[in-house]
Amino acid sequence: MSQDHTLNPEVMPSEPEKATLEGKNKFLGFWFFLGGETVLFASLFGTYLALQGSTMGDNTPEKLFGLGLVFIMTMLLLTSSLTSVYAIYHMKNNDFRKMQLWLGITVILGFTFLGFEIYEFYHYIHGYEFTFRSSAFGSAFYTLVGFHGGHVLFGLLWIVTLMVRNAKRGLNLYNAPKFYIASLYWHFIDVVWVFIFTVVYLMGVI
Amino acid sequence: MAENTNLDYQKKKNKEEMKQQVITFALMIVFTIIAFAMVLSDLDKLFVVPILFLLAVVQVIFQLYYFMHMSHKGHEMPAFMMYGGIFAAFLTLLGLTVLVWW
Repeated sequence: MSQDHTLNPEVMPSEPEKATLEGKNKFLGFWFFLGGETVLFASLFGTYLALQGSTMGDNTPEKLFGLGLVFIMTMLLLTSSLTSVYAIYHMKNNDFRKMQLWLGITVILGFTFLGFEIYEFYHYIHGYEFTFRSSAFGSAFYTLVGFHGGHVLFGLLWIVTLMVRNAKRGLNLYNAPKFYIASLYWHFIDVVWVFIFTVVYLMGVI
Repeated sequence: MAENTNLDYQKKKNKEEMKQQVITFALMIVFTIIAFAMVLSDLDKLFVVPILFLLAVVQVIFQLYYFMHMSHKGHEMPAFMMYGGIFAAFLTLLGLTVLVWW
């Protein structure tokens, strides 16, 4: 049996992301990484909680944050999480075109989210002169939310790269783990956002 | 033939899981709306904050177990790593917030 045949079986196994040793290793290694990411974001959340009261003036969370924008951003990211679930559903049914389509929708939603976030930061900086250097609250806020935004950007570039690189290959046991892991990363970004909108925005204005 | 039956079964199983995930998504949307509505209403802060936190934790459990498939078999090591991470995250948060308590 040639390697090509091994990676392109006539019938896909039920869990194509874990059918090869490389896939299994990627799966385990990536979950280890997510465990570490949890601690990384916890340190940023802890810093934010400790410094959110140090506002150096009247640029306070209550004055700055607008819940309407945050609600739209939350809905965008939550929906993009579902669309990437659809992509993995089609991956498991070995339907490459539909998987690419749903990943494309995920990417569009993700970029829209990022656009809103850039608008938000722009609004704070130019409308309120609230910058990274304004106060300890400013530093902690931009570090935490900006770091999440950086993760969103990285995830988007990752998914787009996978889509372009494998566009002509179709789905096989070599790239199925890659798609699966990118979708795990995307869900994790939404996990972090759930805590950001709760701890930073909702608890900030209450 | 045997493989075909297996494939049909697999597709059906995937479809059922997808249905479950859509229900999970609907619940997460509802939780999000409740959270935002609670903040907009003039309820007592001491009452709202724990509920907001609880809603966030439930949403994250949904993400991990349904969207990220942690409820499936073969996720012992991922669960171990995530709970290890959450434990260290808890200590980190505790340390940093206790520092500024007084």
